[in-house]
Amino acid sequence: MKPAAFDYLQAATLDEALDALHEAGGDARVIAGGQSLVPMLNMRLARPAVLVDIMRIEALQKIERSGGDILIGAGVRQAKLEAWPDLANRLPLVAMALPWLGHVQTRARGTVCGSLAHADPSAELPLSLIALRGSVHLRTKRKKRTISAEDFFLGMMATELAEGEMIEAVSFPARADGTGYGFNEIGRRHGDFAITAVAAIVTEHSASIAIAGVDDRPRRFDVPLPDDSGLDDALNEIAWDLNARDDIHASARYRRELVRRLGRRTIEEAAACLA
Amino acid sequence: MSRLNAHEKKTVTFKLNGLPVRADAESRMLLSDFIRHEIGLTGTHVGCEHGVCGACTIQVDGAPARACLMLAVQAEGADIRTVEALSPGEGRLSALQAAFKRHHGLQCGFCTPGILMSLDALISARPDAGRNEVRDHLSGHLCRCTGYVTIVEAALSALDEIRREVKSNV
Ligand SMILES: Cc1cc2nc3c(=O)[nH]c(=O)nc-3n(C[C@@H](O)[C@H](O)[C@H](O)COP(=O)(O)OP(=O)(O)OC[C@H]3O[C@@H](n4cnc5c(N)ncnc54)[C@H](O)[C@@H]3O)c2cc1C
Ligand code: FES
Ligand code: FES
Repeated sequence: MKPAAFDYLQAATLDEALDALHEAGGDARVIAGGQSLVPMLNMRLARPAVLVDIMRIEALQKIERSGGDILIGAGVRQAKLEAWPDLANRLPLVAMALPWLGHVQTRARGTVCGSLAHADPSAELPLSLIALRGSVHLRTKRKKRTISAEDFFLGMMATELAEGEMIEAVSFPARADGTGYGFNEIGRRHGDFAITAVAAIVTEHSASIAIAGVDDRPRRFDVPLPDDSGLDDALNEIAWDLNARDDIHASARYRRELVRRLGRRTIEEAAACLA
Repeated sequence: MSRLNAHEKKTVTFKLNGLPVRADAESRMLLSDFIRHEIGLTGTHVGCEHGVCGACTIQVDGAPARACLMLAVQAEGADIRTVEALSPGEGRLSALQAAFKRHHGLQCGFCTPGILMSLDALISARPDAGRNEVRDHLSGHLCRCTGYVTIVEAALSALDEIRREVKSNV
């Protein structure tokens, strides 16, 4: 259980990191907090020839307002975001989701953007980004692009990231007035990956939910308002629409039931924050 | 930029339990192995090497973290504490360690160094912490012996004692 050998580059600037990724092409991997990558190296599920460490790049350490969004740089650790004084006010959904992401000990090192790049189908931050319809800022040595969360997550641990490309930052839309948020998760133990996690966003005129842990990536749906008699049918359709599968943790049937019940509860809780 | 080729070694320097240490490491050497084998402090235990069991938990710049999920080269310049730092002197126990002894917070002791480092960080950061915070910190640790109840009692007892001491000092 030791990693295979690799070249290790500690980048001091973003340009250095991008140059290194460009040069090494498909053989290189970014290392951020290491909380998903190092287990994979230890188990030799990943054997990159080159690791590019981005954690000492000053320019990636920012949490800042940018229009109606909160921009979070690729060097920002989950614990730093959790301790950000404006979190509950600006990003209430993320504030609710973060305590579920692993443990104090893993959040101390793991980054926000690393979780997006890793794209585990049950991960809380990809779910929150999908629910809020945020976007990801990608960059290679030659070009920059910003794409929506919807287009970024392609499947089980698969994203739009191309060879030589890295996430520079993520934009989470900040809380809007007259909007309520809800988050719930069911897992074996607190801190384990979710069997199913649900985020809900409700305004006076609209409601939506996003679901993780059921399909191969987090997915978002518009739904009727909580007092609409059509909500249960809509949730049932969503439960069947998601590609629920049996695995070692839970059956597909149990996951569908969680979509219906946890879905309703989360929407009701989001609506209750409105009042 | 600093570059370390696959089989090359680099001298890594950081503060360990208050004193500067330096030793050579290849890029792939885990911090847990560096501390145990290169430095020779074996209080930090290694269980799973994928971040799940918590046995290897140390403090990096004041926060509890998994030594098995860090490369030794990433620790350059850091301030690191391991379980060896807790005792206030030869043959003496810290308030937290003494509470573990009093409340039977350990049996085989394999999980104990990691748990102590997490709880010690909690106590320093939040002396007002209660049962929920203690349990939250323990969620990142596996103990196959105690059933956790005695660990929670030990932590709460240590927190109580530390709060009383702080009060009597003012
Ligand atoms: C015990 C344990 C429990 C956990 N529980 C949960 C949980 O409940 N929910 C959850 O969501 N996660 C969980 N995790 C994983 C979480 O802790 C990781 O922090 C996160 O998934 C990855 O972030 P990182 O910064 O650690 O990334 P790393 O491990 O450094 O990298 C992960 C992947 O992303 C790539 N990457 C990282 N940053 C970038 C970037 N800027 N641009 C391009 N690629 C990049 C890497 O190349 C790698 O492929 C858990 C981990 C452990 C060890
Ligand atoms: S050995 Fe590091 S968490 Fe298990
Ligand atoms: S005391 Fe034996 S594993 Fe915790």
